[in-house]
Amino acid sequence: MKLNSRLLQDKVVLITGCNRGIGKAILDKFASNGAIIYASARQEGILNEEAKLLSVKYSTRIIPVYFDVTDSNALKETFMKINKEYKRLDCIINNAGVMEDALIGMVTEAVLQKTFAVNVFAPINMIQYATKIMKRQNCGSIVNISSIVGTNGNPGQIVYSASKGAVISLTKTAAKELAVNNIRVNAIAPGMIDTDMFRSIGEIRISERISKIGMSRLGTPEEVADAALFLASDLSVYITGQIIGVDGAAII
Amino acid sequence: MTNIEKYNNAFIESLNVDEKNLSGLTYQSIAEWDSVGHMNLIANIEETFEIMMETDDIVDLSSYIKGIEILKKYEIEF
Repeated sequence: MKLNSRLLQDKVVLITGCNRGIGKAILDKFASNGAIIYASARQEGILNEEAKLLSVKYSTRIIPVYFDVTDSNALKETFMKINKEYKRLDCIINNAGVMEDALIGMVTEAVLQKTFAVNVFAPINMIQYATKIMKRQNCGSIVNISSIVGTNGNPGQIVYSASKGAVISLTKTAAKELAVNNIRVNAIAPGMIDTDMFRSIGEIRISERISKIGMSRLGTPEEVADAALFLASDLSVYITGQIIGVDGAAII
Repeated sequence: MTNIEKYNNAFIESLNVDEKNLSGLTYQSIAEWDSVGHMNLIANIEETFEIMMETDDIVDLSSYIKGIEILKKYEIEF
């Protein structure tokens, strides 16, 4: 395979949380590699312009779909739409996520429920629906976005880290269960990536964090998207149940 | 092919069962209808009728007869 070939040419992909950060970078990367993409976000209309631009720029088709990942009826309708329009689904990227920090003793029930609904329950439901289509074609790739705090933990992030740890364990279980169907399930555990979500911790804490990164800089969303591209593509057909760190040797 | 014939075929293909034994068939009453067989059966039914079943309905489909009742919710006439 030529390195400059379009690695996802004509593959049908669903990506959640495409409006910013890592999701937006994955959307661009996958479009540039020829994927037909159902790009999702919560806010109605927010991806319309981007979808048009990318479709023309990369000669592919980007279809915006708007739903809340915690709405199981909306999820089902989206997968039915994909099945009706393409009769196949090659990859899903479970990227949509929320992060709300709270020290032990200050964790509210609302934060617990919301974080697990978006970061854990939604990916499980996504996997349940996606595999209905993938099993029929006997192949597929599922990529979940975890976090370095899901493997290492971090003060002030008991809820977020627990949710991202759950993403790792659900990834490993799904990989074992779905291998017989030739469906691969992997996760990416980004370290400190230069996104709006990460920058919400404030400049002083960002500088402190960078000092703990071996490569002395934040990662970029595009570098995470490169890992997602690898896991979605046929370059990784024998890789499943793995958690790929994209963290520049961060110590956390 | 009628809907009942399609439905029967889903059982016959997925669970390797004779058509004459379908009416009394229940979940786990034969070795082939275990949890893995159940998911194969559901996949076959969904593909046959071009539907996606709710998780509760997948769990509730505990017999051949019950399945007919559940599929009526998806506007499949028998």
